Amino acid sequence: MSGPKLVVGPFNRVEGDLEIHLDTDAGAVTAAYVNSPLYRGFERMLEGKNPMDALTLTPRICGICSISQSAAAARALASAMGLTPSPDGERIAALIHMVENISDHMTHFHLFFMPDFTRAVYAHKPWHAQAIKRFTTMQGSAQRHAIEARAQLMHILGMLAGKWPHTLAIQPGGATKAPSASDKVRIMSTLRAHRRFLEQELFGARIEDFAALTTFDQLQNWAGGDAALFLDIAADLDLAGMGRGAGRYLSFGAYPVAGTHIFAAGMDDGTTATNAATNATPQPLDLTTLQEDLSHAWMLGDAAHPAHGQTTPDEDMRPDAYTWCKAPRLLGQTWETGALARQVIDRHPLALALRDTGVLGRVAARLLETARTQIEMEKLAQSIAPDAQFMVQGKMPATATGIGLVEAARGALGHWISVDQGRIKSYQIIAPTTWNFSPRDGAGTPGPVESALVGAAVQPGEDTPVTVQHIVRSFDPCMVCTVH
Amino acid sequence: MNMLWLQSAGCGGCTMSLLCAENPNVFDTLSGAGITLLWHPALSLETGGAVRRMLADILSGAIPLDILCVEGSIARGPKGTGRYHILSGTGKPMLDWVRDLSAIAQNVIAVGTCAAYGGVTTAGGNPSDSAGLQYEGNHPGGILPADFRARSGLPVINVAGCPTHPDWVTETLMLLAAGSLGAKDLDTLARPLFYAGHLVHHACPKNEFYEYKASARELSQQGCMMEHLGCVGTQAVGDCNIRPWNGQGSCTRGGYPCIACTAPEFEEPRHAFTETPKIGGIPVGLPSDMPKAWFMALASLSKAATPSRVAQNATSDRIKIPPTLRKPRT
Repeated sequence: MSGPKLVVGPFNRVEGDLEIHLDTDAGAVTAAYVNSPLYRGFERMLEGKNPMDALTLTPRICGICSISQSAAAARALASAMGLTPSPDGERIAALIHMVENISDHMTHFHLFFMPDFTRAVYAHKPWHAQAIKRFTTMQGSAQRHAIEARAQLMHILGMLAGKWPHTLAIQPGGATKAPSASDKVRIMSTLRAHRRFLEQELFGARIEDFAALTTFDQLQNWAGGDAALFLDIAADLDLAGMGRGAGRYLSFGAYPVAGTHIFAAGMDDGTTATNAATNATPQPLDLTTLQEDLSHAWMLGDAAHPAHGQTTPDEDMRPDAYTWCKAPRLLGQTWETGALARQVIDRHPLALALRDTGVLGRVAARLLETARTQIEMEKLAQSIAPDAQFMVQGKMPATATGIGLVEAARGALGHWISVDQGRIKSYQIIAPTTWNFSPRDGAGTPGPVESALVGAAVQPGEDTPVTVQHIVRSFDPCMVCTVH
Repeated sequence: MNMLWLQSAGCGGCTMSLLCAENPNVFDTLSGAGITLLWHPALSLETGGAVRRMLADILSGAIPLDILCVEGSIARGPKGTGRYHILSGTGKPMLDWVRDLSAIAQNVIAVGTCAAYGGVTTAGGNPSDSAGLQYEGNHPGGILPADFRARSGLPVINVAGCPTHPDWVTETLMLLAAGSLGAKDLDTLARPLFYAGHLVHHACPKNEFYEYKASARELSQQGCMMEHLGCVGTQAVGDCNIRPWNGQGSCTRGGYPCIACTAPEFEEPRHAFTETPKIGGIPVGLPSDMPKAWFMALASLSKAATPSRVAQNATSDRIKIPPTLRKPRT
């Protein structure tokens, strides 16, 4: 006999609106169906517009990944223009982007993910009092300190990008603001303050020490800061066994600088023998087989590569579909994207050790990436040459196509633009959560989070299972980007 | 005071901006003003069933609703059903939730230009048929009628901006909590005058370039962006350059034009955002309250009088020529 069917929503502490339908049996989830319940139609808005307007409109797809959208649009336009950004402007754009991504990791950990451990259902746990003290929503000391540290870190965006979110500072040719020598020392001072927050509160030790961890056991023995609290909770609740993915990871490569990426691009389906070795390179990124399947989305048309795709909503919301989200597939398969994927592809030994550790792995990889990103931001700030040129000018041809691939905090983000007679003919976007929260495809294969939820525990009487919440939030979904 | 925050068809960026509030942080600012957040989609613990039960208690009156904040415009499509955004877990379109809750709220605040006037969600043919709460673009009457008044007697308070400055939201809330925000404190588009009484032009660091019409030709140059690069800071309301963003920023300080994101229909300027449309070489859209002939006369005079320092710095990405210092008296 099967158990109750549950509808989980409003599903908060994710960015945007999310609804999850669950089939259950014998105290566990047997099938999950993810609904992204908001359609706005950004791709349709852009059609017919001046191509440069994408820089103003696409960041406004998302208030939390705004700079990622901006960076993807700038890259897509540069690619259509055949323009190479100024190397110094490219580094400023990378620094601006890192500030957003590391801030998003902080927002996820402190505001979105950790508060679930303050719930009364965990009141008997030895770590519960500390979770309450640090992560009670809108009151916990870690929440307070984190939003203050985040606001302070974003002074770098005030200086280099005018404001956050929704800046026009990142351009195809570089960045609009030429930082002075005094700006540079101010940025470095702000970064030192941020390092102090990370080392005193989040890690309880030097970030270099966390970034140098290589094994699961070393991680589990980490003793400092809120990271240790999380790891204690993870061990107690077996978060490593909860919400495991299919082990296929995708990264478009983060922070393009001088023809390469600070965090590498690639794909890793976990099947080739070489991938077991930490020094083996991942498969190169190849998007030729990329398709967006529409079989279970309220979208009309056939599966297509985004260079040829279209967005035509099914106004009748046919009953055999259940979301506005398309289902991207590569090599006919689902792929997980995000900080864990990025660090796996970048071949960080700790990430490789975490690749099959579900909720634990996704959250710990964000901590790892927070430490590594802080170090990279400091290097970029140090490299600012105030005498350099930060932007070059280009011209959009009347007819062109372009691709912009970047990494948002949540994973791989792509923009595909086609320009005809000087106007946008088509603009297609695949966001990280489009990958992770995709619905079933034509073969009936569930999306990554739909599969990760199978087996999640459902306690008697729960209408909003807490285990389901841990798994879903471990992906850090951004629902406003998902459908856009 | 009890406050409920809903996110509708928008990007969530006004909440993200609100989290940048400083001195004190947003949590302490709100609780210090006596504002209790009943529920916020990004911040509260409650999920799913607990939220549905709370919403039912608010609708029944069991929980009083003093302030309803709505972020994002409201989808009316497809075919007038509002089903482009069904509030998850409820089976009920956000359109209906906002109408029902507005009817019982003491005050209703549209946070951001989307909620106020439709905003970016309504750009390019408005694919989701969205509208603001009490306006559709410049036209009074959104998903609520033009004569809507909340229980306090005030219309929907439009804290417009894309995104909103964190202080615009916190100060509006603190003024409401203190009983110090009345109809006379709003402009004709229902924006609080404490920030809408200023122009983005005020305290813009490019003011000296503006005075001489010393213009930037390309983004990244320091000159005034009105003549060529689409800047409408002389017409756009906002104190963006008086109280900067994220420490010391603003759009014009960041080297890109003001696009009047606090205004209805800014999302469709009818030209590229970063290009100034011109008729016969003269920019259209001069300052709104200055006679055009005077403007042209002053502009041609000041252009002729432009110091070489200002002219050269205008087309440079950094200060090329510092101010000339007076020689010390001997």
